[in-house]
Amino acid sequence: MNAASLPTGLVAGRMRRSDRERVMVTPEGIALPLTLASRGTRFGALVLDLIFIGLLMLVTTVALVSVAGGTAVFAASEGEGGNAARALEFLAVLWIAAMFLFRNAYFLFFELGPRGATPGKRITGIRIAARDGGRLSAEMVIARNLLRDIELFLPLVFLASASDGGDMGAAGLVAAAWFLIFALFPFFNKDRLRAGDFIAGSWVVEAPKRKLEAVMSAAGAASAAGAQQAPPAYRFGEAELSVYGEFELQTLERVLREKRPDSLRQVYEAICKKIGWPPDKPIVGGGDERLFLECYYTQLRARLEAGMRMGKRKADKFG
Amino acid sequence: MSEVGAIERAALRSDRFRLAREGDWRRLEAIVSRMEKGRLRSLSDEDVQALPVLYRTVASSLSIARETSLDAATLAYLESLAQRAWFLVYGPRLTLLAWLRQFLGGGWSAAVRAIWLDVLIALAVMLAGVAVGWLLVASDVEWYHALVPGQFADARVPGASREVLHDTLFGNEGKNAMSTFAASLFSNNAQVSILAFALGFAFGLPTLMLLVHNTAVMGAMIWLYHGQGLTIDFLGWLAVHGTTELFAILLAGAAGLHIGRSMAFPGTRPVAQAAAEAGRRAATVMAGVVLMMVVAAVLEAFPRQLVDNTPGRFAIGGFMLMFWLVYFYALRPRRARSATAKGAPA
Repeated sequence: MNAASLPTGLVAGRMRRSDRERVMVTPEGIALPLTLASRGTRFGALVLDLIFIGLLMLVTTVALVSVAGGTAVFAASEGEGGNAARALEFLAVLWIAAMFLFRNAYFLFFELGPRGATPGKRITGIRIAARDGGRLSAEMVIARNLLRDIELFLPLVFLASASDGGDMGAAGLVAAAWFLIFALFPFFNKDRLRAGDFIAGSWVVEAPKRKLEAVMSAAGAASAAGAQQAPPAYRFGEAELSVYGEFELQTLERVLREKRPDSLRQVYEAICKKIGWPPDKPIVGGGDERLFLECYYTQLRARLEAGMRMGKRKADKFG
Repeated sequence: MSEVGAIERAALRSDRFRLAREGDWRRLEAIVSRMEKGRLRSLSDEDVQALPVLYRTVASSLSIARETSLDAATLAYLESLAQRAWFLVYGPRLTLLAWLRQFLGGGWSAAVRAIWLDVLIALAVMLAGVAVGWLLVASDVEWYHALVPGQFADARVPGASREVLHDTLFGNEGKNAMSTFAASLFSNNAQVSILAFALGFAFGLPTLMLLVHNTAVMGAMIWLYHGQGLTIDFLGWLAVHGTTELFAILLAGAAGLHIGRSMAFPGTRPVAQAAAEAGRRAATVMAGVVLMMVVAAVLEAFPRQLVDNTPGRFAIGGFMLMFWLVYFYALRPRRARSATAKGAPA
């Protein structure tokens, strides 16, 4: 019998293993999977950060200018020229220092924190990590952010001055090509490193946060019915359980957790067709798909896990 | 329902395994979440001490679950939790203050010593730059305008009288707005040195060009003052902050070169690894360079304007030079020395 495959939308999960997956081995010898952040995500994070920096600069400038204006008015009314000049000078120093810090220390400050991510990166769910699996050190964060100067700020300044003057000679074109090398650097290596990451020995990875889902075999319709064992109608035999492997099991798990009636129905029909259910028993009425699937899931998992303990694994229905 | 009841009710052995350990996992998740939000103070001492233990518990749960459980959601949860905890357990442990202490107490000077070869190369390049600037202007005065940017060439142009040039060096005590001047100098110079470092990425060549260009300006100006017999006075004027600032530029250039050199000649290591090792060493140097720029800007804005005689200026500049040399090369804490031996290139 040809396989009645699961609906195509559900199979897509298998294709998700992309070239962004990496494995990091901890000092305890446990392999942790990492997913590199996509270039688009990182660009989005950068744009967000630049907006934040721009806002910070704007707010600081407006605040200092208004304070300076107030000081000048006060000085004019009181006639205290000397003190006011000193106060204005102090404000100017403050402004220069603030601009320098926003430009250079913003990324440093946030990436050295416990999350290893700037606000833009946090929002987009990514963080930086050491490429060799070791500790992320302050030197790495400094190195990767110093390079930002030629990757980002220099081209911006250059673009601004080019659009001002309007004359882009040969030197301008060479400079543009030079900046493009850095802008496109992440496209020319398999770890999507930008020049700063390359120098620092760091990379940008996704920082997933998952909730602990409910226990499948202890919750849901099957146990809500109060039955520790599956109802006799849903006891499956060796022949019916041996058709599927781990991949199908996990697809089924996802369908059960998502609880979408139409996909439950589809999967129910696919499995019934595949295992020839019910063989000679009366057809179970509609609305019972969930109970059927939960029972099938639990028994299939029990079978596959028992196999695992014996060192026998079945990857999928073809295995 | 009670916990024990739930464990008994679970039909699968792997689910019972999970239910029995869930408490530890959730506790670790709570601790990790709070630490990630930066709310360290709200954690009890017990929780902080429990973090590494819980991390290992979760890590071992993960490796057992991988061999016994087919619950994809639980595995994904454990992987993500172990990863988050790993980042905290093995994250940057140093606070900014502790890092600064380690940095100033030997880390910086060790990094400077580790790139000694690049420092020598950069020094040679800078001296060559001065000579080139001098020779170019001496052969054709028009070069002066090509080399020296407009902001310096106000009164300091070829053909200016001795008095005019003398006035640019002395008699600025009354000048206002010196702290603004210092701040903008610092901001500008720090940015230039960051640039010199960052350009090292292209195998160090642009760094060399930047060094030559900047020191050629100096060479041209020395030539100008030499023509009016003011060489010593000019050097004194320059020395106050120049010994610090030029030293910082030297280090920034050397740091850039160090990266460029390690990428061009990685030796037996892969290029990426060589670049990363050099990059971390150079970044330490660079953090110090920014610090030196602060010192240089303060020196440039205050003592240079306030001390109005050449011997005094030489004294300050000479003292600063001695200070940096002793700090970098003479004071060697025992810890830093072993670090140098381990990380020394070439």
